[in-house]
Amino acid sequence: MSNIWAICKKEVKTYFTSPIAYVAITVFLVLSGFFFQSLMWWFNTQSMQMARNPQYYQQLNINQMVYSPLFHNISIVLLLMIPLITMRLFADEKRIKTDELLYTSPISINQIILGKYFASLFVLLVMLGLNGLLSLFTFAYGNPELAPILNGYLGLFLMGAAFMGIGIFFSSLTENQIVAAVLTFGALLLFWILNWASYSASGMWRDVLNYLSFFQHFDDMTRGILDTTDLVYYLSMVIFGLFLTHSVIQSRRWR
Amino acid sequence: MIEVEHLNKKYGDLEAVRNLNFKVDEGKIWGLLGPNAAGKTTTMRILTGYLPATDGKASVAGFDVFEQPNEVKKIMGYLPEVVPLYPDMTVDEYLAFVAEIKQIPSAKRKDALEKAIETAGLEVVRKRLIKNISRGFKQRVGIAQALIHDPRVLILDEPTIGLDPAQIIEIRQLIRSLKGERTIMLSTHILAEVTQTCDGVVIIRDGRLMASGSLVELTASVKDKERMTVKLKSGGEELIPHFMNIPGTEKVLWENDEFVFEWSADKDIRENVARYCVEKELGLIEMKPHMMSIEDLYLKIVSGDVAQ
Repeated sequence: MSNIWAICKKEVKTYFTSPIAYVAITVFLVLSGFFFQSLMWWFNTQSMQMARNPQYYQQLNINQMVYSPLFHNISIVLLLMIPLITMRLFADEKRIKTDELLYTSPISINQIILGKYFASLFVLLVMLGLNGLLSLFTFAYGNPELAPILNGYLGLFLMGAAFMGIGIFFSSLTENQIVAAVLTFGALLLFWILNWASYSASGMWRDVLNYLSFFQHFDDMTRGILDTTDLVYYLSMVIFGLFLTHSVIQSRRWR
Repeated sequence: MIEVEHLNKKYGDLEAVRNLNFKVDEGKIWGLLGPNAAGKTTTMRILTGYLPATDGKASVAGFDVFEQPNEVKKIMGYLPEVVPLYPDMTVDEYLAFVAEIKQIPSAKRKDALEKAIETAGLEVVRKRLIKNISRGFKQRVGIAQALIHDPRVLILDEPTIGLDPAQIIEIRQLIRSLKGERTIMLSTHILAEVTQTCDGVVIIRDGRLMASGSLVELTASVKDKERMTVKLKSGGEELIPHFMNIPGTEKVLWENDEFVFEWSADKDIRENVARYCVEKELGLIEMKPHMMSIEDLYLKIVSGDVAQ
């Protein structure tokens, strides 16, 4: 455990001594803040108009009209940002040959992988946490429901965690960070839109493709539904990504 | 302390190490010598557990490198060919990180760090970022990270490569000062490194063992001819036939205004040569024996003149 902590600490420190984390977090906050602001503005104008008609007014729902689309927008930003956060994890160690230090130290490969993975999760938490602060405004001036919002952020975190599992795997494949980022982005986007293929598929394939798609699982969560299938899906994506990473590192050494 | 038996390593079709056997005794500095691409780095990577071997056995301090890698890693310090440094860390931060992953108990980490900084002579740069310090200091940081957990065995891959002559001397002194309680193995393709720092040597070529043993043993085994240089006030090449008549003399050469005598190691002709020169009044001003150097040995071995 202390070994995982040692690696994690070092990775977090590296994130915040290089510009990567700052740039990724800032861009993420600017974009997500912009989405939040414009959705709120739209919601405001809608409420003004509907204030004249009490019947419609009752149907206004900030959770559905602001938060649900906001989470969808943020998820796209995460799709773009996460490859940039995970790309250096293993690729850079290989490039500057520090992997030789790690693999000749009395720590296991699993501990190295987990340490690095937790460090990237920390960056994700910072991103989502800072973005979540914006909700203070909605709570100050309106009365949204808390549970669906938390559920949406949980969904974003789980999806980001699954993205990072895939990102760390691609980082272990190459010593070029750009290659790692591009591969990760491609894979994530493919998984995102996998459900498109399900329209033309039939029978079991349709279910399989739908199940594998990121989008399908995330949609529920933005609407405040917490389903164990989705939890299991995200966790198995994470475990799958980390397992592949482990296999890549092992096989590199045995080749 | 370090034992290697029938070690083989293949990278695809390339055989980097073939049937390697050697042994390093405790408390000694041993050199792993060979031309470039001889398999030195591969051998060291196998010993440190970075790479698995295709076949064979290796053990360090009684622990099998393949069966008990963690035990080996705990007692081994390793300086790879490319020093594994994080450029954005300060020297202190870096060594603190290494201390953690080398499993030094947290209570002892601070002392270990101070000791490593002192031994490697890093006081002046300890607060600086690694990317901003000189090559020589980077190499010292590399040695400090190898030493920080007080390992019984040190493996140093080309520790002086890329340094200027003054730095090379410093690093060699540092390595020699570490001898004693530690067993050290260093690889190099520079011969002087071996004669100046090592007690013994393993010479490999194309992944094969060419020779191994202490320097004294090895020098004795290849030394079958003795040589000396003789300088005279007068006389040149025309004297060679006369010298050849001196009993025991096998070869006389005229090089750089000096004579080079060669004879077999079992008899000594020096007295006869001296007497002859004095009798003929040739003006003998210098007689200098040639030591068989490790360089001759190395060249002989590498060019394939000497089998195991």
